[in-house]
Amino acid sequence: MLDTLIERIRAAHETHSPLIIQGGGSKTFYGNPDEGEVLGTRKFTGVVDYQPKELVLTARAGTPLAEIEALLAEQNQMLAFEPPHFVPLPNPLPLAGEGANDALCAPRPIYATLGGCIAAGLSGPRRPYAGAARDFVLGVRIIDGTGQPLRFGGQVIKNVAGYDVSRLMVGALGTLGLITEVSLKILPKPAAEITLQFELDEASAILKMNQWAGQPLPLSATSWHAGLLTVRLSGAASAVQVAQAKLGGEALHDASGFWQRLRDQATPFFDKRPLWRLAVKPTTPPLNLGDAQWIEWGGAVRWLASERPANTLREVAKTAGGHATLFRGDAPSDGTFSHSTKPASGQVAGYPHPSPRTGEGANVMPTAINDGVFTPLAPALATLHRALKQRFDPHGILNHGRLYPDF
Amino acid sequence: MAAQFDPAFLKTLQTLLPADSLLTAPEDTLPFESDGLSAYRSTPDVVALPENEAQVAAVLQLCHRHKVAVVARGAGTGLSAGALPVDGAVLLVLAKLNRIKAIDPLARTAVVEPGVRNLAISEAAAPHHLYYAPDPSSQIACSIGGNVAENSGGVHCLKYGLTVHNIINLRAWTIDGQLLEIGSESLDAPGYDLLALLTGSEGMLAVITEVTVKLLPRPERAQVVLAAFDDVAKAGAAVGNIIAAGVVPAGLEMMDKLAIHAAEAFVHAGYPLDCEALLLCEIDGVNEEVSADIYTVRDVLEASGATEIRTAESEEQRLKFWAGRKAAFPAVGRLAPDYYCMDGTIPRAQLPHVLKRISELSAEYGLAVANVFHAGDGNLHPLILFDANQPGELARAEAFGGKILELCVEVGGTITGEHGVGLEKIRQMCTQFAAPELTRFHDVKAAFDPDTLLNPGKAVPELHRCAEWGAMHVHDGQLAHPELPRF
Repeated sequence: MLDTLIERIRAAHETHSPLIIQGGGSKTFYGNPDEGEVLGTRKFTGVVDYQPKELVLTARAGTPLAEIEALLAEQNQMLAFEPPHFVPLPNPLPLAGEGANDALCAPRPIYATLGGCIAAGLSGPRRPYAGAARDFVLGVRIIDGTGQPLRFGGQVIKNVAGYDVSRLMVGALGTLGLITEVSLKILPKPAAEITLQFELDEASAILKMNQWAGQPLPLSATSWHAGLLTVRLSGAASAVQVAQAKLGGEALHDASGFWQRLRDQATPFFDKRPLWRLAVKPTTPPLNLGDAQWIEWGGAVRWLASERPANTLREVAKTAGGHATLFRGDAPSDGTFSHSTKPASGQVAGYPHPSPRTGEGANVMPTAINDGVFTPLAPALATLHRALKQRFDPHGILNHGRLYPDF
Repeated sequence: MAAQFDPAFLKTLQTLLPADSLLTAPEDTLPFESDGLSAYRSTPDVVALPENEAQVAAVLQLCHRHKVAVVARGAGTGLSAGALPVDGAVLLVLAKLNRIKAIDPLARTAVVEPGVRNLAISEAAAPHHLYYAPDPSSQIACSIGGNVAENSGGVHCLKYGLTVHNIINLRAWTIDGQLLEIGSESLDAPGYDLLALLTGSEGMLAVITEVTVKLLPRPERAQVVLAAFDDVAKAGAAVGNIIAAGVVPAGLEMMDKLAIHAAEAFVHAGYPLDCEALLLCEIDGVNEEVSADIYTVRDVLEASGATEIRTAESEEQRLKFWAGRKAAFPAVGRLAPDYYCMDGTIPRAQLPHVLKRISELSAEYGLAVANVFHAGDGNLHPLILFDANQPGELARAEAFGGKILELCVEVGGTITGEHGVGLEKIRQMCTQFAAPELTRFHDVKAAFDPDTLLNPGKAVPELHRCAEWGAMHVHDGQLAHPELPRF
């Protein structure tokens, strides 16, 4: 399978033919439109090594995230960055041998893979307190845009030999190479968790999130929406109880469901389009943009559906020390997590289609994203990005345009 | 000495810096001849000590125009000759950029210049009950710019991460004098993760003039457990057992017999002496969490066959337990005129095998070795004892050290966990990486610095040099010892 991937990329490199790398298709909505033939990684699966005592797991790119999480859970361990899956609950795992089936009539299940998780570099509610996807990446194997397999980093926690190319791949959206294998640092699951809710206005909630984060409290997630501050505490049972007594609030019963829905954006709030993600300095006061917001990450992320011009939102985010991303610019979801509005070629009508990208290079982005999905880079940084892209993918065949339209 | 520089270049350089910020007389530049690895020395011809960011940028632009190389240097505490002066290069010392520009207690960040000492950040944050987590053992002296350049760690890495996990924003300058603003005040930034790429890049890609670091709340409580073992392998297994029990210690350190005896003789920490290995396990956090974890750790240590287990009964005793570990290097230094500190990382399961091989190599090379180990994260610091005044001993120590690093790569580890490659381990880079990876490293360098003017000759070896050295990459399936169990 690895040889097939290498061959495909080598051939594409020689013929200057663009490729779209795709795993389980759960994050096709993310990024700028790109064009090319789909290069799937679904068949490249399997946990290569998992040593609970070393806190390290190595798996191939196509391995479903859910499968990895289930394996870790058996050992009371977890992916501490709580990666989003963006698929409906319960999360359907592909059947054995799935992925080999590209038959026209079979709807392909959508699921998050490890490769997509790392390429997108997205993290969930635990991120401000435990670290981001990039923080847990110890090593990667990739195939660069010339078809050259490469290995960076390793399976040990401390490693400063050579430039940190492994972490460079995280969030690069496959534009620097196809990730084929990833080694991650794993953490033990906390013994106990409790989620507390407080009725609070936005400004007070932002202040509380920041004040509490500066105290020795076992915080592991924070959220504010519609007048409700929600806080998760994780740790030894006694520690969580003491913190609960200190903070007060109402215990939330369906806590794991709450955080999972927030992680996967499976609440109606996130169905609105265009959905913007404003990353800001966590202490930034309410943005007063008039649109309803969902605040996460201790105040550092503000989600909103807004029709305001991209430039306006980007200026607001920049003033607040951060940046704005058009996270979902596609048409509103009908709740089935099928984000397509138009069947791609070869698609049988009536079946939910996982994504506009699964077809022959079809890629439909109904909402105008002329201003780009991601905040434009300063000229000096843009030059560096293009230079790096040029070195890893000289013919620009891998996910061309997905991160920034010109490369 | 500065004769090899174009007089026009030197004349312009003088106009860019205050008079006392440019050193060219050998008696002035001699103190900058080496970093913390003093076996490597070279007196720099020109030392520039800019006082602000504008001067840094101006010096870089001038050097770029004249194609003069630049070696950036912080406090000079590095241990891999990364800041070793290079012939014909300007040594750019950033020590004068030492202001703490801002501390934001609510956002838990500090904005600092590169010359600020690591410990000074925590001291400045202390009134807000906050601190900067990475704590390399040189933290009294080392500066944050160097920490970023080396991606420095410390004894608390397993729980709190390395420098790369604890910074959010950088201002850095490319060799052609362009400002790079990398990161953000939020938790991420658009585009490629250049923050990670620059961290640990050993002054090869850009020169840092400002760092925004994360500050953490001071743990409510810290407690340490000491355990003695009659067998190194048992101690190694105990480390894995602690982690398997779901505990993430703040620090988890191990010393072997020679290191224990040296430390005890030096600081009288109260260590048991009739053992083969000693573990120090520190738990920190919320009071109740610490209590719960300490019980777990004690149980695990007992089940793992510890011959003695002590929990520090007071803060004073806790500090004393640590004093022995923290003084281990100078303590070992008393056993011989010189010692050479290695910095490999290995999968922890390989510890017994690696220690056995090191002891075999020790006999082979006729040099004693003491082992100090950041056991939690697999970072091994064998200290090779030698006497530089004995002809050939330094070369033997270096050859022995090189073997240890190659051994680390063989068992699935790395040649450097936290000290960096610099000039010291550049040969072993040929062992750890194959030609295609080394080529990509040069490509990354070229994207930032096409004329290779920043710290030339360090960190990444030229491919033809690897061939000359005869070093061979240990490749999958072509390992020197295929019989070894591998992780």
